[in-house]
Amino acid sequence: MTRPVNPVRRREPLTDAQLLMTISICIFVVMYALAMLLLGGGFLKTQQLFDILNDNAYLIIIACGLTIVMIGGGINISVGGVISLTVMACALFLNGCGIQSPALTFIATLLLALGIGLAFGLLQGFLISYLDIQPFIVTLAGMFLARGLTTMLSVNPVKVSNSGFQAIIKTKIEIPWLGYVAKNGNLIPARLETGAVIALCVVALVYLMLRYARAGRHIYALGGNSQSALMLGINVRRTKMLSYVLSGLLSGLAGFVFLMHKPAGNASVAMRSEMDAIAASIIGGTLLTGGVGNVIGTFFGVMILATIQKIIGLSGLNDSWWQDMANGAMLGFFILLQSVVLFVRGKGGPKLPWLKKEKPRQS
Amino acid sequence: MLNDALLTMRGICKQFPGTRALNNVDFTLRRGEIHALMGENGAGKSTLIKVLTGVYEKDGGHIRVEGQEAHIHSPQDAQKAGISTVYQEITLCPNLTVAENIFIGRTGGALVRWKDYEKRTDEILKSLGIPARAKQELSRCSLAVQQMVAIARAVDMQCKVLILDEPTSSLDEKEVEMLFGLMRDLKSRGVGIIFVTHFLEQVYEVSDRITVLRNGELVGEYETRDLPQVELVARMMGKDLKELSGLEAKTENRAAVHDEMVYEASGLSSSEARPFDFSIARGEVNGFTGLLGSGRSESVRAIFGADRVTGGKVTVKGKPVRINRPHHAMKNGIGYLPEDRKRDGIIADLSVRENIILALQVMKGFFHPMSKAQMEQFADEYIQALNIKTASQDTPIRALSGGNQQKVILARWLLTHPDYLILDEPTRGIDVGTKLEIQRLVLKLAAENMSVTFISSEIEEMLRVCSRLIVMRDRKIVGELSGDGLSQAQVMKTIAGGGQ
Repeated sequence: MTRPVNPVRRREPLTDAQLLMTISICIFVVMYALAMLLLGGGFLKTQQLFDILNDNAYLIIIACGLTIVMIGGGINISVGGVISLTVMACALFLNGCGIQSPALTFIATLLLALGIGLAFGLLQGFLISYLDIQPFIVTLAGMFLARGLTTMLSVNPVKVSNSGFQAIIKTKIEIPWLGYVAKNGNLIPARLETGAVIALCVVALVYLMLRYARAGRHIYALGGNSQSALMLGINVRRTKMLSYVLSGLLSGLAGFVFLMHKPAGNASVAMRSEMDAIAASIIGGTLLTGGVGNVIGTFFGVMILATIQKIIGLSGLNDSWWQDMANGAMLGFFILLQSVVLFVRGKGGPKLPWLKKEKPRQS
Repeated sequence: MLNDALLTMRGICKQFPGTRALNNVDFTLRRGEIHALMGENGAGKSTLIKVLTGVYEKDGGHIRVEGQEAHIHSPQDAQKAGISTVYQEITLCPNLTVAENIFIGRTGGALVRWKDYEKRTDEILKSLGIPARAKQELSRCSLAVQQMVAIARAVDMQCKVLILDEPTSSLDEKEVEMLFGLMRDLKSRGVGIIFVTHFLEQVYEVSDRITVLRNGELVGEYETRDLPQVELVARMMGKDLKELSGLEAKTENRAAVHDEMVYEASGLSSSEARPFDFSIARGEVNGFTGLLGSGRSESVRAIFGADRVTGGKVTVKGKPVRINRPHHAMKNGIGYLPEDRKRDGIIADLSVRENIILALQVMKGFFHPMSKAQMEQFADEYIQALNIKTASQDTPIRALSGGNQQKVILARWLLTHPDYLILDEPTRGIDVGTKLEIQRLVLKLAAENMSVTFISSEIEEMLRVCSRLIVMRDRKIVGELSGDGLSQAQVMKTIAGGGQ
């Protein structure tokens, strides 16, 4: 047996999870570079990247929530429904409350949105963790409930007319040196919406939480083997509950971000976004079986899906089925790629030293 | 009472619906000893361990750790009392690092300073001589190392009592040596180790004392060096060797065995069974014997293709064949009555008739349906022939008694007219009358030129029906007895090995 002289200083080989994440980051970079080369136009401007972030900020946030739940070995398909409910409730609240101060509306709406998300998280988490009901069933019911409540609040679309909130929406972060000079000679700075900033912060916070916080590691343990986690002295029920509460809270936050991007409530808001979020998590290297994944990968998963969407749009294939088929193909491709990569590594791996598994797993 | 007693369990009782798993069992573990807990499957070892670790709540008795009454209601309580367990299936998280597996669940504060823990982990690994690194993902360690990491966790938790439940069952010899080295090291540090295993040699290699359980009762506690291996086997099986040695097997008249081999296998192995040779002649009744867990069932499952067959040559009636699935075996005229009839045998909600017809239907293929009249006729025939007590052939099989359920499954196989029938524990949990009926039936079938392999935990029964016994120990065939060698004493000597 060959052992390093100083085991502490030796660099550990990439784990499967890190490898999968690296692959999705590389694919995103290659894809974006190809789009810049072949399509040019908007892709050459920073604003294109920022638009992708602005449009998908809410998706990034719920995908982070889903990644947490999926690492813990669960699933949550109610997130899209919670967004639509949050958006509708906040829109009605803003139109009816009479508060016009931007700061106050911001805080009040945010609290309402988080409250709704928290309520769903607590209820679903309780049913799943303490009553041992299948998460798929519970969150399916949660999805119907949220969608139903949305329509109950208002059958018709509700536009936000609150002037304070309108002011908040208009606040964008402008970065002049990333902008471009328009034909008339004016400098148009690159604009990033508040929502996108919030989403990036969420990614960073969730990443740190999962990596360094005690609760985060417990979620990994739970997803790795819940029976073992119990024997290792982890409060399995509470950890599971926490994952759903976080996912619920993030859904509420995503609803708030959605409202800032498109200030109108509508029963069909964020339709199917839970499926996009699951797809993004998987593309980013999160395994549905739990225990493996991280939100950086998920972030790039969302970016990959969103970039495909932009590319298809710019290619003139505006029909919605192209989008769906491309997403489906991408997901299939990734699952296949993941299986192949994991299989090859299990077999002893390619000859790159940092990719190689040093000892095959025994079963 | 010895004052160096670390753990004492007195009068432990545990009742499950229908069975008494532990009846007034005493157990004493001293400081710095390796204590083997022995018994056949179902003897109560696992239950005792689970009571001690708080997985089960005991119905009666006391547990004392270092003289203090310990109240153990959950695995956490056990850990707090200084009792740690390393289970056969490793209860760690493969997706976490070695350091995390050692420290998770017992770190304070919301944030974890993994750097510190990793440093401590490397120190622990080094001091115990475990070849792993703190930042290594656990799934990349070999099973032996994973097991040792689990032990390291226990050691770092200041455990006084370490329970190793079948730790060596999936390790190779070198890994076993590594584990034993670690166990001896811990022993010298004053940890009391309870070692549960099926492997007799290993018990004699590392343990200081042995406690034997049988049928949920304490048989006795012995110094390992004072208890010869034969005696240990006899105790585990509940026989007294001195009484046995004089007795000869009473054998009933057996049918003449033909020379023609119905089934021959060489080097047959499966995912569960190590390679073995085996053959059976037309009209022969032979049997696999050995302690429960010695690999008897695994061997016959390999013959039938019930587990994944991994190698070996098989000939049926002189023709080479491949038997990888039960279906292939059935096509070749082999029938198998599984050990656990509830799980593998009966389909509880189907009627007696449907359960009888099942195997024949599979043999014929689903596109050759049988007429209802024919099915009823077959069912009636066998209900009478085997004296199955059932209200009607439409009664769901779960309404029948265990013995009658067993007869239904027997009928199922007899209906396919196999050349070779494997009966794995056909008489377990059946009343004496039915037992005799089944034994007589086996001999009658043999007289009608059917070959039968018979497995039973009761050696008397095996001696009555089998003309040849294949003895297994630790998943290997260690001997074959026939003719004059067929006696209980001889069987036990062979199981124990060495014949001392």
